[in-house]
Amino acid sequence: MTTMTMGKALNQALRQAMTDDDKVVLMGEDIGALGGVFRITDALQDEFGAGRVIDTPLAESGIVGTAVGLAMRGYRPVVEIQFDGFVYPAFDQIVCQVAKLHYRTLGRVKMPITIRIPWAGGVGAAEHHSESPEAYFVHTAGLRVIAVSNPQDAYAMLQQAIACDDPVIFLEPKRLYHTKGEVDLDTHHTDVAPMGIARVARPGTDVTLVTYGAQVKTALDAAEAAADEGVSIEVIDLRSISPIDYETIDASVRKTGRVVVTHEASREAGVAAEVIASITERCFDWLETAPVRITGHDIPYPPSKLEKQHIPDLDRILDGVDRALGRQNSMTGVEL
Amino acid sequence: MDISQVLTPDGVRVQNVELDTYLASVTADDVLSLYRDMAVVRRIDKEGFSLQRQGQLGLWAPCLGQEAAQIGTARALRATDFVFPSYRETGVIYVRGAENRDFVGTWRGETNSTYDPYRINTATMQIIIGAQTLHAVGYAMGITADGADDVAVAYFGDGASSQGDVNEAMVFASSFKAPVVFVCQNNQWAISEPVSVQSEFPIAGRAPGFGIPSMRVDGNDVLACLAAMRWATEHARNGHGPAFIEAVTYRMGPHTTSDDPTRYRDEEELETWRRRDPLDRVEKYLRAEGVLTDDVAADIAAEADRVGTAVREAALTMPNRAPLEVFDHAYATPHTGIEAERRAYAAYLAQFEGGAS
Ligand SMILES: Cc1ncc(C[n+]2csc(CCOP(=O)(O)OP(=O)(O)O)c2C)c(N)n1
Repeated sequence: MTTMTMGKALNQALRQAMTDDDKVVLMGEDIGALGGVFRITDALQDEFGAGRVIDTPLAESGIVGTAVGLAMRGYRPVVEIQFDGFVYPAFDQIVCQVAKLHYRTLGRVKMPITIRIPWAGGVGAAEHHSESPEAYFVHTAGLRVIAVSNPQDAYAMLQQAIACDDPVIFLEPKRLYHTKGEVDLDTHHTDVAPMGIARVARPGTDVTLVTYGAQVKTALDAAEAAADEGVSIEVIDLRSISPIDYETIDASVRKTGRVVVTHEASREAGVAAEVIASITERCFDWLETAPVRITGHDIPYPPSKLEKQHIPDLDRILDGVDRALGRQNSMTGVEL
Repeated sequence: MDISQVLTPDGVRVQNVELDTYLASVTADDVLSLYRDMAVVRRIDKEGFSLQRQGQLGLWAPCLGQEAAQIGTARALRATDFVFPSYRETGVIYVRGAENRDFVGTWRGETNSTYDPYRINTATMQIIIGAQTLHAVGYAMGITADGADDVAVAYFGDGASSQGDVNEAMVFASSFKAPVVFVCQNNQWAISEPVSVQSEFPIAGRAPGFGIPSMRVDGNDVLACLAAMRWATEHARNGHGPAFIEAVTYRMGPHTTSDDPTRYRDEEELETWRRRDPLDRVEKYLRAEGVLTDDVAADIAAEADRVGTAVREAALTMPNRAPLEVFDHAYATPHTGIEAERRAYAAYLAQFEGGAS
């Protein structure tokens, strides 16, 4: 075990993946000499050459579209989109090409492309640098969507994503890049749980709190605070938001009977809506109260001085927990 | 920009310093074989059109009038080169080795791609305008990384030249010296929009701005198209990077079987282009050369009919896929979400007579 930041763990994962398989190539803007604006590809161009760590033209559709061709030729491109808000110009290539080619060709053409996206807010960034576009991709069949929450998962799951024959949207919470954690560099990614099995980040008995990405940290903090008040929260880190591991969620909900789902993306037609609809279908008889969503508002991402109002914090989550518990809360008496 | 030509609409072989180098070895028999392909493709196209009108296909995108551009360029390729076509490239996929059902399966709605791209080294035809040009460039980057001397080819229309992807593809191709050939079939129309809406300047004139040498050829002249493509592939194969061809041609039919071209173009224009029919000029040339006799013409017509009939047969006998196949291949590796959905739908279907298969 080694302690390192999530950024470093991702860097190590890329290095390991490139060492394991010489068909792995990295593509993106500024990923060469600079090592990417977040330094996730730091030193990799020196190590593997400009042919495998490719500084691309500034053209997102071009980056993903050429990755499609490289994949058709037998390569495994790992694409870096510089910031979440810049994935939209590549949206067509991702949803119409990357996601569909395996299906369209009856399985003859594989798209082992990993699209890494520095993701979501909380870092005081400029406009278009704090977006949470995950629901667009979760809604698109053919893609897998991974959202990591800690250095160990980042290390193992990025390698799993790269080794996967399906395209993976790999979301890296920007506000966790500098968060440190234990990473086991000696265990090969094939030896750990398959990509996309949810993790019970903290066991509990009263309320199931489902989340992913950087919100896992906030959820754990909320659980800690609730414990002081005698409420036992089970925190589930989804890790994969497509597909979602309902077995782990179901087991928890059947135990607690109460659910809160939180994410920082806007609420309407978001991942929380999907999770709650599925829980309602699967676990209705076990539910004691209506499931609760605590999400970002249905607004464009606000300016950074206001982002604290958007990203659900510990108190908003606990308010939702009160709702799930049927206690007095901010919604008591409020008409929706 | 000049439009290079070696065969006039009257079938007269004219000198062309630039292109003749690439045609030195071409015999009258070779021209006959190009003509044969064009005639067969015209017949397949006609069959596709009728099958749609008879309700056997959902849609058809005719290539009538574009046979020379398609056959001429495609015949310059090696089997190991990789082609990225749009939906109109019936002639190209014919040359690449498409089987009878491959022309109709997708238009019939049975599968999204009827052929295995790796069997004929040709990507599934592309509907998203221009998207395939980037795939061709990426594939070509892979060719370079492999140290191979194949080329990738992107076919697209004049309308596509306005798309961001096509322009991004030229940037990538040029920056990475990718061995890719861009073939723009300027058939004058993008559905109802004339090429002047996409570009007031010849499309081939744009490529040099990206650092890509280009050529503007008579797309109704199969020999000029063959020569241009030999120039372009030689350039790309020898490590000089991308090349661009604008084949100036004409879409004589509607955009697709759903289109009504009488609403936007006049008969006079069509008539002008009818006089430049790509097959007529080869026929005149070959007759003058004495290679195309009535017997040979009858033989070609019989072959074209045979293929046309076989394509029809393939359309009519195409099996419908089993209901649960709708879930197949959404993912390459096990995916719990789709597997659960498949189980649920199978259970639903199982209630009915016959059940799920
Ligand atoms: C991205 C995109 N926009 C619009 C369309 C609808 N559409 C299909 S074909 C076409 C015209 C294309 O014209 P051109 O590129 O000249 O090719 P042609 O059909 O003439 O061969 C349009 C607008 C599409 N398929 N894809």
